[in-house]
Amino acid sequence: MSIEEKQQEIIEEFNSFGDGPDKQSSWMEKYEYIIELGKDLPLIEEHYKLDENLIKGCQSKVWLHAEVDNHGKLQFTADSDAIITKGLVSMVVRVLTDEKPEDIASADLHFVKKIGLHEHLSPTRSNGLASMIKQMKMYGLVLSAK
Amino acid sequence: MTTTLDIETLRKSFPILHQKVNGYSLVYLDNAATTQKPQQVIDALSDYYRSYNANIHRGVHHLANIATTQYESVREKTRAFINASSEVEIIFTGGTTDSINLVAQTWGRQNLKQGDEILISMMEHHSNIVPWQMIAEEKGAIVKAIPVTENGEWDIESLNVLLTSKTKIVTVNHVSNSLGTINPIKNIIDKAHQLGAVVLIDGAQAVAHFPVDVQALDADFYAFSAHKLYGPTGTGVLYGKKSLLESMPPYRGGGEMIKTVTIEKTTYNELPYKFEAGTPNIEGVIGMGAAIDFVNSFDWSEIVEHEKELLELATEKISAIPGLRIFGTSKNKVGVISFQVEGVHPYDLGTLLDKQGVAVRTGHHCTEPLWNHYGIPGSVRASFSLYTTTEEIEIFIAALQKALQLLR
Repeated sequence: MSIEEKQQEIIEEFNSFGDGPDKQSSWMEKYEYIIELGKDLPLIEEHYKLDENLIKGCQSKVWLHAEVDNHGKLQFTADSDAIITKGLVSMVVRVLTDEKPEDIASADLHFVKKIGLHEHLSPTRSNGLASMIKQMKMYGLVLSAK
Repeated sequence: MTTTLDIETLRKSFPILHQKVNGYSLVYLDNAATTQKPQQVIDALSDYYRSYNANIHRGVHHLANIATTQYESVREKTRAFINASSEVEIIFTGGTTDSINLVAQTWGRQNLKQGDEILISMMEHHSNIVPWQMIAEEKGAIVKAIPVTENGEWDIESLNVLLTSKTKIVTVNHVSNSLGTINPIKNIIDKAHQLGAVVLIDGAQAVAHFPVDVQALDADFYAFSAHKLYGPTGTGVLYGKKSLLESMPPYRGGGEMIKTVTIEKTTYNELPYKFEAGTPNIEGVIGMGAAIDFVNSFDWSEIVEHEKELLELATEKISAIPGLRIFGTSKNKVGVISFQVEGVHPYDLGTLLDKQGVAVRTGHHCTEPLWNHYGIPGSVRASFSLYTTTEEIEIFIAALQKALQLLR
């Protein structure tokens, strides 16, 4: 599945929560889902939770580990100490992992905005998510230049 | 005792409070970061630009006269507000951080030598740590810190060891921004003076919550910001005893702070202008004046009683939540509750509270050494002000319980 297809898939998953006139209930379903994603995924192997893999946000921490597989595709694993950040991280990893470096470098992660979670990428949040995406793209860029 | 403040009426003065956030009525509990501004302050700012904007001092024209008079009247108002003995002891700055840097870079550069000690506390805001580390590094001085007890007070016993004749300055907060503790500053000022040290008090978290009298305290320096006192950002005050301020070299060079300038040599202006280089934040100072008027329109006892009632209610309700620990349980506190829930990250709680219209602060609140001491990365902090209502405390507690339900 391409990066774009994976993004569409996530957007459809979130569409089922609706964004109707009752704002008060729609946020809860959405966050319940993100929290579940965060709880479900033991994303990174403990021995990769090193300081060198740590992306330090002011609010929460994110660990990111990257490997190139035999097909030249990037495999990402990641984790966070905050559960909501972890849920968001798991979606970004799902979209970008197992893709070619050049596709990762040029990816436009529009899904975050489409599902109404772009506030989590704002600099005031400083949760490590935006820095993680930057770091993933940097891996893509460096490897595609080789 | 129940409050005598007419909260409903005074809340009408704060237009920002009457809005929906994510479909819920805004509950603003981030007052230790910044307070909201009453209409009187907003009007003062706009009135300045509509009616009498001009550069102050030395102008011969009508508008410059009005602007100068208004600006300087705030100096007198500020003097009275903290009971300084003279207007010239009131220096307008960019805020508490700016005030502390001023003292570190002038008094500190002039007086600190190799091996001298600067005494801070473990609960200082970074802005009362970093400026001292910078000058200490330059001068070979040493920064020491008063430890904090489990309930979030200074370990006063440690002063017997930490406060010595090597101590040249004690620089501590009046109220902790992270814990809400009101520190026994009179005690430390007296002890420091006996040993010949000067004392700077960071009053950023104090001035909006109870009356401050710098003469009764005998503080050498007292710093605070307008924006935590219902006034605008980018404006603050450094109070300093006249004799100390006079002995200090100027801070920044530029217009306003000079008497005469030739290419060879400049002579400096007198107090307070010596420390106010360049065109100041005129509208900020005028806004701060309106904020002081606003606070003065109440009796301090009304504010103190109301905030105490809020703190007691919130403490009681929040303590009933299983696995929740409050950091800062001193008997002497302003309306701040810093807490952590076992197994729950502050960021997650803050996010889910925001979704329910409740604004709190999460993280280390710029006091990293304090949280290192407690062994946690930070907390969720709810902080109250005179416009906070008991209903808002109930909404906050209910929202917190809902957030925990989702997270656990």
